[in-house]
Amino acid sequence: MSNYLLEVERLQKHFPVRGSVLGKSKHMVQALDDLTFGIKKGETLGMVGESGCGKTTAGRTILRLHEPTGGRIVYDGETIFDKEKKIAAKMLPYRKKMQIVFQDPYASLDPRMTVGDIVGEPIDIHKLCESKQDRYDKIIGLLERVGLNSEHANRYPHEFSGGQRQRVGIARALAVDPEFIVCDEPISALDVSIQAQVINMFEDLQEQMNLTYLFIAHDLSVVKHISDRIVVMYLGRMVELADSYELTMHSLHPYTRSLVSAIPIADPIEARKSKRIILEGDVPSPINPPSGCRFRTRCPYADEQCAQEVPEFKEVSSGHFVACHHLDRVK
Amino acid sequence: MGKYLLKRVILAAVTIWAVATITFVLMNMVPGGPFLSEKAISPAATAALEAKYGLDKPFGERYLTYLKDALHGDFGLSLKQRGRTVSGIIAAKFPVSAKVGGIAVLVSLLLGIPLGVIAAYKRGTTIDSVFSVVATLGIAVPSFVVCTVLMYFLGVKLGILPTLGLTSWKNYIMPVFALSAYPTSYIMRLMRSSMLDVLGQDYMRTAKAKGLSQKVSLFKHALRNAILPVITYLGPMVAYTLMGSFIVEKIFTIPGLGGEFIKAINGRDYTMIMGTTIFLGTFMVFMLLIVDIVYTIVDPRIKLK
Repeated sequence: MSNYLLEVERLQKHFPVRGSVLGKSKHMVQALDDLTFGIKKGETLGMVGESGCGKTTAGRTILRLHEPTGGRIVYDGETIFDKEKKIAAKMLPYRKKMQIVFQDPYASLDPRMTVGDIVGEPIDIHKLCESKQDRYDKIIGLLERVGLNSEHANRYPHEFSGGQRQRVGIARALAVDPEFIVCDEPISALDVSIQAQVINMFEDLQEQMNLTYLFIAHDLSVVKHISDRIVVMYLGRMVELADSYELTMHSLHPYTRSLVSAIPIADPIEARKSKRIILEGDVPSPINPPSGCRFRTRCPYADEQCAQEVPEFKEVSSGHFVACHHLDRVK
Repeated sequence: MGKYLLKRVILAAVTIWAVATITFVLMNMVPGGPFLSEKAISPAATAALEAKYGLDKPFGERYLTYLKDALHGDFGLSLKQRGRTVSGIIAAKFPVSAKVGGIAVLVSLLLGIPLGVIAAYKRGTTIDSVFSVVATLGIAVPSFVVCTVLMYFLGVKLGILPTLGLTSWKNYIMPVFALSAYPTSYIMRLMRSSMLDVLGQDYMRTAKAKGLSQKVSLFKHALRNAILPVITYLGPMVAYTLMGSFIVEKIFTIPGLGGEFIKAINGRDYTMIMGTTIFLGTFMVFMLLIVDIVYTIVDPRIKLK
């Protein structure tokens, strides 16, 4: 297992529901449960699932922007969090190695700072420059790397378009020369025409800087394009994890199948042949998730066993994990 | 910027003119006059006084004469304080009020902002609740109650603070406290709510991801973004506080402008009412202009055109 750059084990994040003025509420939003996977160096792991399934929470909890409520995080062989052993490492040295690109480029940049300062701040925090000139050169270098130029350094975020702002957000993440980046739906707030540019930029940067990505998105076609492996989330749990070709061509879990069937097909003849699987009902509340398999309320194959037992997340073929009791029937 | 300032100065002149006109009209509609008193003055004497101050002339003529004189910086003689000019009285009393008020403004900023930041940062804890109760009290309890309570306990019962006049630094403690209770509480609540807003913003999470410690990001990112509502409030607040509060000045016998203002209205001291109103109006307009200029410094998104 040591060839993994990042490993998480049974990672859990439960948020307390805000109670009334008097006393604390007992309810918890079970945003993330039993997240277990590893990401190899230089790999892109895609993460998909519908809104509210815990993707963003997963990304933030891995970086400990949210403090996990259970489980273990190991980065490059060093344990940075372990609930049972009560390990919670100081994050400052890891903030240099692990970065994040946020979803909303309109909200994630401080409106009072110039772009130069936004990109320069991590350089100051981690003391990565020798002189003022060095700092300036680094900032300009970063801006150029993401397709902006030196003129942009003295401007404020509100003077940029969405795509440009996301480039600033990426330059900011790159400022510390990280190894691992969580891309938290980095393109979902962007125009379709810009999405492709930014995706390509992510791929180029990965090659140039030898980066490892956790790429979160709700659009399976985008994730399929960029990822080596894909993990599918449903209501805070992983339902399937496989190589990206394997996952899209030979999906096993009924939920993954419905997602895959929703990918638009460019060829109209092929499109007519394919059948869309449309799920009924809504995602249940994560405050009170269904017992057993969390997908059972919307699953056409669900039976008594699904309500009783949580399906084990097991390897069915090499590198293909799935959590379902009725794989034989789904086939 | 220059063009903007010119526009603002012209607008300010119009505003002050409107304030002067409305005051002049209202003042003349109020029954009574400066020379009515319990002791009957002979009609001849009253007529002579009215002639001396030009009060026998028709309304329109008096209004125009007043405006003309005011434009030349002549606010006339006080009708009640014989032989003293309105400008002279303001020049003598304003510094007294401004000194007490200025200290109160400083106190409310230095207390209100940090307490609000702490309350937001510790939201939901006991500290937050205690602060919020104190702030609600500070806003709800009127200043004459604060003054009287302070005076009774600190001045009379314990006898540790002087209750009259402004002879030593100790005299300032109670009036400043009474004057700053409301603005401190108000600033604290503004700061808390606007800080809570900012703390939930994505860029605060960005700051955390960059590796910034919570304290630094609180002051470097959050405070700068959250301070705007406080600056907005500060403009009128500074103007009112420096002008002096009638109640506080009356209770602590401070010879300030706030007391003078009310005295002028009660005595129908027409020239004095006009003078103080125009002074307050001008001061207010000036403070609002300063606030707008400060906005552009604090928030680069705001441009003055």
